[in-house]
Amino acid sequence: MIEIDLEKEGVRGVNSRLHSLPKDTNERHWLIKNPMGQHAIACGLDAPLTVEIGGHAGFYCGGMNKQAEILVHGHVGPGVAENMMSGIVRVAGNASQSAGATGNGGLLVIKGDAASRCGISMKGIDIVVGGSVGHMSAFMAQRGHLVVCGDAGEALGDSIYEARLYVRGKVDNLGADCIEKKMTDHHLAKLARLLDKAEIKANPKDFRRFGSARKLYNFNIDHADAY
Amino acid sequence: MCGIVGLYLKNPKLQPKLGQLFKPMLIEMTSRGPDSAGVAIYRNPAKKGFTKFSLAHDDAKFGWKKLAAGLKAHTKKQVSVEQIGNHAIVTTNAKEEAVTTWLKAHHPQVRIVGSGQAIEIFKETGLPEKVYEKFDLTKAKGSHIIGHTRMATESAVTTAGSHPFATGADLCLVHNGSLSNHNRLRDNLKREGLEFQTENDTEVAAAYMTWKLRQGASLKETLEAGIKDLDGFYTFCVGTHDGFAVVRDPIACKHAVLAETDDWVAMATEFRAIAHLPGADKAKIWEPEPQTIYNWGGH
Amino acid sequence: MDPNTPRTTPRKSATFDDYTLSEIRRAATTGIYDIRGAGAKRKLPHFDDLLFLGASISRYPLEGYREKCGTNVVLGSRFAKKPIELKIPITIAGMSFGSLSAQAKEALGNGATLAGTSTTTGDGGMTPEERGHSKTLVYQYLPSRYGMNPDDLRRADAIEVVVGQGAKPGGGGMLLGQKISDRVAQMRCLPKGIDQRSACRHPDWTGPDDLEIKLHELREITNWEKPIYIKVGGARPYYDTALAVKSGADVVVVDGMQGGTAATQEVFIEHVGQPTLACIRPAVQALQDLGMHRKVQLIVSGGIRNGADVAKALALGADAVSIGTAALVALGDNDPHLEEEYQKLGTTAGAYDDWHEGRDPAGITTQDPELAKRLDPQLAGRRLANYLKVMTLEAQTIARACGKNHVHNLEPEDLVALTVEAAAMAQVPLAGTSWIPGKSGY
Repeated sequence: MIEIDLEKEGVRGVNSRLHSLPKDTNERHWLIKNPMGQHAIACGLDAPLTVEIGGHAGFYCGGMNKQAEILVHGHVGPGVAENMMSGIVRVAGNASQSAGATGNGGLLVIKGDAASRCGISMKGIDIVVGGSVGHMSAFMAQRGHLVVCGDAGEALGDSIYEARLYVRGKVDNLGADCIEKKMTDHHLAKLARLLDKAEIKANPKDFRRFGSARKLYNFNIDHADAY
Repeated sequence: MCGIVGLYLKNPKLQPKLGQLFKPMLIEMTSRGPDSAGVAIYRNPAKKGFTKFSLAHDDAKFGWKKLAAGLKAHTKKQVSVEQIGNHAIVTTNAKEEAVTTWLKAHHPQVRIVGSGQAIEIFKETGLPEKVYEKFDLTKAKGSHIIGHTRMATESAVTTAGSHPFATGADLCLVHNGSLSNHNRLRDNLKREGLEFQTENDTEVAAAYMTWKLRQGASLKETLEAGIKDLDGFYTFCVGTHDGFAVVRDPIACKHAVLAETDDWVAMATEFRAIAHLPGADKAKIWEPEPQTIYNWGGH
Repeated sequence: MDPNTPRTTPRKSATFDDYTLSEIRRAATTGIYDIRGAGAKRKLPHFDDLLFLGASISRYPLEGYREKCGTNVVLGSRFAKKPIELKIPITIAGMSFGSLSAQAKEALGNGATLAGTSTTTGDGGMTPEERGHSKTLVYQYLPSRYGMNPDDLRRADAIEVVVGQGAKPGGGGMLLGQKISDRVAQMRCLPKGIDQRSACRHPDWTGPDDLEIKLHELREITNWEKPIYIKVGGARPYYDTALAVKSGADVVVVDGMQGGTAATQEVFIEHVGQPTLACIRPAVQALQDLGMHRKVQLIVSGGIRNGADVAKALALGADAVSIGTAALVALGDNDPHLEEEYQKLGTTAGAYDDWHEGRDPAGITTQDPELAKRLDPQLAGRRLANYLKVMTLEAQTIARACGKNHVHNLEPEDLVALTVEAAAMAQVPLAGTSWIPGKSGY
């Protein structure tokens, strides 16, 4: 494992070293020390690296990640793994707002809680939260899965498209066009695979599934209040 | 649009280091607010019957001693003064109203930026680091402190437009966000007799709180009413005589992080401001919920 | 009654005019607000209300063609390692694949490249065709983030963070399902044929303090190479420009209310925002107050039609302008030779604005493969290049007449206004007077 001290090298120094690695590099395992809540740490990676962050990170940690596995040994600020394409981002602590926002692919695991707008406009990413999520989570969620082992705040799945939501705890209330749906064997199997990949122990049978009622898909005057 | 930070020391042994612990917190928020900075520090509580006034004047050479002598002659009460930068802390057992009326009549250029038993407010345009130096805050001792770094949105970059804004005895407010109904609210509050020094939206929020508190509402009731009456995006941190309170609007886009250890409680717009505190890596860290009042100390 | 009694002529209300009456009937029948494309159609104070003062005895003009009058512009010199240099100060505004056909996007790329300028993606991601046909391509970063990915971000020549647009400052979008074809649906990760609702705020930042952090992330991902533009709708141009600069913008784009849109509520287009003319001076003032005029470049858009408009925008302090609607017209939009087909759609050439319905007979604002085939990207691109060239020559003609060896040397003092309104908005004197309303003390 190669160690880099962010306090010494700065975010630019750390990121440019990670970005300049050739795809077939042997230097695959990195530890970023002293992240000190700084922003944009390990964003824009595009190589099969394992990058550990030895503390708390700020905004947009692991943003737009491709291929890399990023492990944060602390909390993260807003927009962790925003617009992720592939790879894995694992957060040992909590995440602030907009975790996994607009993510296209890959897996985001938050062991603790995620704040509001978790999975906002998600486009194919899978997000597994060990704790609870805040209000407006999965707002306009287009595709992918959001698994919440704890509770979900207000307006879960507001204006949701085709993303699938699984919640184990209580849901404060559902947003416009979001409804509870039947959990079939197919869904249980998918959920079990997600939990397994996220390395979170939970029984899929304890979860409920939510998704789109698809009533806002084409404008209808009788649903105008929901816009 | 700004950075806000607060630090409340649970462990009294840390009090001599308050200014030193807080300095990196405020400075880390420089990029969020390079236009001006300010702090409200709670220290050296005045004796019973005495009030400390935080006063400011744009002229750094203003004669504060002469002002104190004039106030003493007028009120026939005890008055002491300590100049700090272009601010001064005037401590007196004169009635608050007598002091403010006299100041307005004889020194209209002097701004009263805060008053109470323990609160002292210092604020100025420029980078947070410079402001911190100017008011010699690194060595400051005290129980708690809140601070603000400002990126001005629609109102002018002036000392008067800097935060914190006083809202009552030992109370003050810092704000991150942007209110959307402050103009009409300001008009209404003017009709209620409140006075304004700036076009700043936060000053309206502060005046609103002052007005509510004057009507006898508790701090909690005041903040709850504010959630209903203030439109727009905000995270407020309110300094109180023995702690601070945090509240966010219902949409809650403007960030806030809270952290707590056995020794201290801290709030900040971003975690990186808290990261410098001893034990931050092991602290309990969470994000305040919208429309929920978090409060340390009394009340 | 005696039939010979004189009667007053039937009189229609100026308040309840024919358009208003038809809109009330339409709303009562359908129960949905009117959605349309393009920008504000009402009459607004505009560049036509300004005139240039040519040279005479006190100033010396330059000889046409022989004496050089530069038109090049560098965008993004503040922070970007690779600023953009364009031959002409006229760029093509962001218009999405989805709202436009692939052929139309390709034609825009062809035309812009021939003329030596840039084109811009839109709310729907970057297509390989438009990247391939555009020498200089600006990649929009929008609230919806449809099609956003780091590879395209790095393939772009500049990034434009869209906060708002002139047709609808503060609004999101709603593209009705008719235009969401298989390919558009796939690019946007949405099911085919459903209404596409775009958010009005970015999902992971609000306000200039957060925007500064977002720009930092985008720069980290792109190795600090790309210029970053921030586009705002003409709402509060002074503050928005100042805050864009404070957030770290390389370029600020201010889009006035005549700026077009693919689809938005009519009420939004006509009643929110400020005319382009009113936006320029406050934006320039903000740059000057921060000591950033010409260091952070200003692009102005919304109703630019000819070289005179270009010259006037530059004289008021812009570094470049951007065109959208005019570019579509150059490609063939609303052409009278299609009148018969416009009539079938219940409209007429010059008034067609139901771009969201996807039935554009010109094959531009459509995803219907049969209609789209009508547009030849080569030919249409050539037409756009011709038009850009004409506008540039026109702007040069005016600049030379004012004695300037570069179009950027035009100044507000080269202008007068024909109306009090334009004089106030552009902050230039009313013709024949030295009166600038609001500036001369009265």
